[in-house]
Amino acid sequence: MVVLGQFLEVLIGGLLAGVLYSLVALGFVLIFKASGVFNFAQGAMVLLAGLALVRSLDFMVARGIPTWAAIVLALLFAAVVMAITAALIQKLVLGPLVNQSDLSLFMATIGITFVLEGAGQMIFGSDVYPLSLFPTDAWFILDGLFEGGLLVNKLDVWGGLIAGALVAVLAIFFQRTKTGRALRAVADDHAAAESVGIPITWIWFVVWLVAGLVALTAATVWGTKLGVQFSIVFLALKALPVLIIGGFTSVPGAIVGGLIVGAGEKIAEVYLGQQIGGGIEYWFAYVLALAVLLVRPQGLFGERIIERI
Amino acid sequence: MLRKTLAFATAASAVLSGAGIMLSAGPAMAQNEQFIPRLVYRTGAYAPNGIPFANGAADYITMLNERDGGINGIKLVMEECETGYATDKGVECYERLKGKGPTGAAYFSPLSTGITFALTEKAPGDKIPLLTTGYGRSESRNGAVFAWNFIAVGSYWTAADIAIQHIAKELGGFDKLKGKKISLVYHDSPYGKEPIAALEVRAKLNGFNFKAIPVTHPGVEQKSQWLAIRQDRPDYVLLWGWGVMNSTSIKEAAAVAYPRDKIIGVWWSGAEPDVIPAGDQAKGYKALMLQHGAGQFAVHADIEKNVYAKGQGVGKDTFGQVLYNRGLIDSLIGTEAIRTAQAKFGKKPLTGEEVRWGFENLNLTAARIKELGFEGMLAPIKFSCEDHQGADQGRVHQWDGKEWKIISDFYTADRKILDPMVAEYSAKYAAEKKITPRDCSKEK
Repeated sequence: MVVLGQFLEVLIGGLLAGVLYSLVALGFVLIFKASGVFNFAQGAMVLLAGLALVRSLDFMVARGIPTWAAIVLALLFAAVVMAITAALIQKLVLGPLVNQSDLSLFMATIGITFVLEGAGQMIFGSDVYPLSLFPTDAWFILDGLFEGGLLVNKLDVWGGLIAGALVAVLAIFFQRTKTGRALRAVADDHAAAESVGIPITWIWFVVWLVAGLVALTAATVWGTKLGVQFSIVFLALKALPVLIIGGFTSVPGAIVGGLIVGAGEKIAEVYLGQQIGGGIEYWFAYVLALAVLLVRPQGLFGERIIERI
Repeated sequence: MLRKTLAFATAASAVLSGAGIMLSAGPAMAQNEQFIPRLVYRTGAYAPNGIPFANGAADYITMLNERDGGINGIKLVMEECETGYATDKGVECYERLKGKGPTGAAYFSPLSTGITFALTEKAPGDKIPLLTTGYGRSESRNGAVFAWNFIAVGSYWTAADIAIQHIAKELGGFDKLKGKKISLVYHDSPYGKEPIAALEVRAKLNGFNFKAIPVTHPGVEQKSQWLAIRQDRPDYVLLWGWGVMNSTSIKEAAAVAYPRDKIIGVWWSGAEPDVIPAGDQAKGYKALMLQHGAGQFAVHADIEKNVYAKGQGVGKDTFGQVLYNRGLIDSLIGTEAIRTAQAKFGKKPLTGEEVRWGFENLNLTAARIKELGFEGMLAPIKFSCEDHQGADQGRVHQWDGKEWKIISDFYTADRKILDPMVAEYSAKYAAEKKITPRDCSKEK
């Protein structure tokens, strides 16, 4: 019973941790769906959104604004920062690169990454800024069944709820709104979409804005978990295997991929890592991703692209 | 076309800045100036810990210039190079700065065990000493083999030994360690791995069960490690983290309800940036002190008066914090080595080789430490040809939710245990690198 309890605890913890990776992965999926570009800057966008949020929140709380009002205003401020960022990226980088190869656009996002990292730290500071938007203690459930109960972290549960809500909102946006459908058309072919009157510059602004807002959502959870700090950019590396497994174009795939990566790496670390010296979870996620790539290159939920030659 | 060019230029310049390539020409040097390079990390994942150290180190040198006109009339000129805690960038900074100034770099202080490992290979060829205050290769204490390394004040083996001594004291004696479980949660890097050898020796000697649990850089995700700890229930956890890893460990410990007062961090896991992000969850957490902790002493008053009053300080936000104070101590040891060397070689800018002599003959007595304004922060330090560490003491402090409180007297690491390890590991290094150890008896 003890062994089963321990396994369930690791499994639940892993699944919930995976959902937190999915929060970051969703931003990648959005931009890839709309522009066919792998946005290397998504981790930096989470950092920028988090810094804007926490620094404005601290500023307002220090001036006596009630905490609830300060949180709302700080979220609005951070959303505005992400909107301005999206507009600047569209105007200065993506606009001039319309109809260029995907590789050029990908390289541009590497440039954007460093600009956002540097500018974010220059404007808002490079310290660790604590953020406490959600509870971080734990529940111990099924105490009667398992000795000491099964540990479930409240923050992870909040992350899961937020990810679920986000997926629902994004699904409605992509399937039911005119802008969402236009986004999908742009993803298929920039030039063709433009030729039928879809304003590509506006669409790219919208998608970067939505990705920015998803980054802000991820920052609220990860900022509470780690404090807002530079290390948040490394989450992009955690999201990559999630995307490979779930598929670069699928919102539900990002969630399922996250669950697989989270559970897989935690179980591997706890049960396999102890036998071979530990520290394996970081690369084990990529082993899982490679296995999926070999069997299903487009990911479990990705669209199979068939091109006529 | 212009817009495309601009877009490319923006991306290119960003990539360059991200790569930490410094394009500034640096300060102009006069012939009577001593050049001190500073490898720092003010950006990146480890910036919250790198910044206060860099501030303290810089403020102390500025204070010497402002108060005393440098050292014996020789002005100190420093230049920072951003390493981002990356070994490749650290080596790049070293190569760029080693020849600067009329006599080249006086010494390097890498503030990274990884960079120290890399520079240990280069320093003998360039004849530039490496000052690694509280970090680096533990066996580099042996000056006969590591002629250019000065692992000042304490090594990770010193730290591991002091941590076990403190646990034994809490338990009521070394005999009480028998059968206890002690786990090490460590940064999976040369830094984090350093204490393992010493802890294994102690585990054998004192009969406790030791387990090492690695955390991959940068340490943002540690759920599996702490779930394993929850299952294993060790009596104590030693934390060998850096940067975000430390506060994440404390938060994860809280999440699995592991008592914070049973965690003891190394002195690089015991500063304000390690506990403040964890909020109330860090209450009760303990860490080793590299002798000093936080707080302000006579030297701080001197810095206030001679640096900040003139609007020249760089670290007001971090003034008196643990890592700021460590930066002060780092520069104190480096500059006192220069002063010692000047007594032999003359009051002029010195070469790295001459400064190395200064390190080996540095004797910071209690009286001298008081005179320099460090009384209460440091115990005496004395280097020699054989001993490039100079001290073996440490204390323990505990975070009460607002500040660090010192909770122990000075412990002295047991050299009967550590000296044979230093001898064994340094001999192995010498054989590997084909180094003939110096005969220190002939250099006295």
